Amino acid sequence: MKFGIVTFPGSNCDYDTYHAVVDTLGEEAVMLWHKDHDLQGSDVVVLPGGFSYGDYLRPGAIARFSPIMQEVVQHAERGGPVIGICNGFQIACEAGLLPGALLRNASLKFVCAPIHLRVESNDSLFTSRYERGQSIVLPIAHGDGRYSADDDTLDRLEGEGQVVFRFAPSTLEAQEAYNPNGSMRDIAGIVNGAGNVLGMMPHPERAVDALLGSADGLPLFESILQRVAA
Amino acid sequence: MSRFRVAVQVVPRRGLLDPQGKAVADALHTLGFGGVVAVHVGRHLMLDLDAADEETARRQTREMCERLLANPVTEDYEIAEVTPS
Repeated sequence: MKFGIVTFPGSNCDYDTYHAVVDTLGEEAVMLWHKDHDLQGSDVVVLPGGFSYGDYLRPGAIARFSPIMQEVVQHAERGGPVIGICNGFQIACEAGLLPGALLRNASLKFVCAPIHLRVESNDSLFTSRYERGQSIVLPIAHGDGRYSADDDTLDRLEGEGQVVFRFAPSTLEAQEAYNPNGSMRDIAGIVNGAGNVLGMMPHPERAVDALLGSADGLPLFESILQRVAA
Repeated sequence: MSRFRVAVQVVPRRGLLDPQGKAVADALHTLGFGGVVAVHVGRHLMLDLDAADEETARRQTREMCERLLANPVTEDYEIAEVTPS
């Protein structure tokens, strides 16, 4: 399976994603320059993390108009899988691939830390290799991750099972603060209505090797392999 | 074709949590400005724009706001001023 990884000016997780796909997953990956108009036959497109265009205006606001985004949107409209991670999630929201927006963290601080997530649905293209309700640990590194949308949109996301990852305590009994950015309804990751576009603030591509702290991101990539190859 | 200077203000939508505005308000309270009820921090954009007339300049600016300058999900915009320059 071929993963296309888009490099925008200011992307900085593109090669982490390449490492996860090629070295850990053992699949093919191609780097796509944002000015290109060709996905080079990619089966899955990844919009990686970083600070595209220096986060000028709003994170993702300018990157969404990069030439390659036309092809990414068409790929998504055809049902092709798209993953937006961190800045990629912001770009996907700005591009209208996902509802809502990511605002400045409620703390006004950039937060860089491993955090606990609950897998809310294993019914998606991206999460079938997890258990529903499973607690996982992934790193986050963002200053603008506070997911926001109007109540109708939030109700619909929850009602349709589109909230796939939520910030959650490490255990049911734990009393610690667990939402690192103040996102509405503790949302950390969502899919679109058709289920082929995932946006998430945490970084699964930085958690594919237990030696580096966590391998909890690996099942996400394996889920895609399983479902798209099938 | 005339040149216009267009001033646009983009602010967080009322009702949404605005931690930056709240931090500024808290700081103003600390300075003794107890009368400050709320602060909203947004962006002020100045455009130099060539357009046939003022109405065209306004219409184009509205389109720019809706497509790029403001996020329709979370922000409101206002064209504060259009002046010949």
